[in-house]
Amino acid sequence: MTEEKTKSKNFTSILIPTSLYKKLEEKVKETEFSSVSSLVTHIIREYLAKLEEEKEVFSEEEEEEIKERLRALGYID
Amino acid sequence: MPPPHGGRLINRVLKGKERDRRLKEALELPKIKLPSEYIKDIENIAHGVFSPLEGPMIQEDYLNVLENMRLSNDLPWTIPIVIDVDEEEIKTVKEGDNITIICLEEEKLIAILHVEEVYDYDKEKHVEKVFGIKDPAHPGVAKTYGMKEKLLGGKIDLIDHSANPYYKYTLWPVETRLLFKERGWRTIVGFQTRNAPHTGHEYVQKTALTFTDGLFINPVIGRKKKGDFKDEVILAAYEELIKHYYLKDRAVLAILRTEMRYAGPREAIFHAIVRKNFGCTHFIVGRDHAGVGNFYPPYAAQEIFDEFPDLGIIPIFFKEFFICKKCGGMANEKTCPHPEEYRVRFSGTVIRKLLQQGKKPPKEIMRPEISEIILKWKNPFVE
Ligand SMILES: [Zn+2]
Repeated sequence: MTEEKTKSKNFTSILIPTSLYKKLEEKVKETEFSSVSSLVTHIIREYLAKLEEEKEVFSEEEEEEIKERLRALGYID
Repeated sequence: MPPPHGGRLINRVLKGKERDRRLKEALELPKIKLPSEYIKDIENIAHGVFSPLEGPMIQEDYLNVLENMRLSNDLPWTIPIVIDVDEEEIKTVKEGDNITIICLEEEKLIAILHVEEVYDYDKEKHVEKVFGIKDPAHPGVAKTYGMKEKLLGGKIDLIDHSANPYYKYTLWPVETRLLFKERGWRTIVGFQTRNAPHTGHEYVQKTALTFTDGLFINPVIGRKKKGDFKDEVILAAYEELIKHYYLKDRAVLAILRTEMRYAGPREAIFHAIVRKNFGCTHFIVGRDHAGVGNFYPPYAAQEIFDEFPDLGIIPIFFKEFFICKKCGGMANEKTCPHPEEYRVRFSGTVIRKLLQQGKKPPKEIMRPEISEIILKWKNPFVE
């Protein structure tokens, strides 16, 4: 696959207000981001990560089994 | 506690009747033999240490990791986890087949791999992307050039574990997560190491511990380069350090069985992801993390974190510590205004040389209990 084709396959467009784009275009100059796109990508990723929720990775029955091993190895009393 | 990377802790360890059934199947399948370094990573995958990976990478993920430092679902991932084979070894295997993985050293049946893909790869591109250079003087580059020609991608199911002399220190993410919960820790800082601790390491850990609830000391146990501390020395030294200088309910020591890649910045991200899976909220990144020789700028492994706002674990950056005679203790370039002549630096080379001569490093550099333990070995370093 050529570089160009890979690019078009891996990227897509989203619509944002032109006024916002212009504002970002100005801001980007003061940052280390190379373009508005890379800044927006960064912000979206940051936002998505915040939505990740805490949850238990084991059930109650498993919990006893795990504790058993932790006890055997001396990690808990 | 942060959710595992990708939201779900992977568990591909077969149990009970399902295991018996798959073991029977495995005996009949085509077999490939893999060295123990690969087997350890297969175990890591099965136990969720490398969540969300469920097996060696398929091509789309592999290429994305090289190009974008992300899996094909956009999740941060920086180090390719692959299985390389010769064409000859898999000549009867088609995509979609199951094969059995045998530990080469032990001749032991370990896992079934569901082969989704067999693909070619470009070693030059691989080393350029992962290590940033093509120089075979770099151990990771040399290793890659020595890899076999094809890669296998797919999901694994673990049937058995390889021999583990450090079983006692081996905890999986479900266990560390429960342990941290039992201790009542809400914030946990992970510390990666491949060294016996000097006072600089201790200072970094304790500084991080002052604003977190618990410390997870997680040495990498596995193939290293000549001159590195032996695994058993690292563990004995940390046991001793914790015994004499840490609160027992504030520190946990457990190992990570994988090899060092010496991929510097990319490996720092990988190390952070693994500790997130263990349940850490924070991760310490010091000077030249996972570096080797002078291949990486000293703080490149800190700067790379800017590219990952969605990592899900908070890096804590430290400038290199030294002892300043004028300040009267541990300091770094952010805290000490004095010239170099007052500063005593921690030099791995100097510490190693002293220990090799059977001498204890000064107590300001290494705790005497630690030096004593290390000196019980005739040669504490990898030959
Ligand atoms: Zn000073």
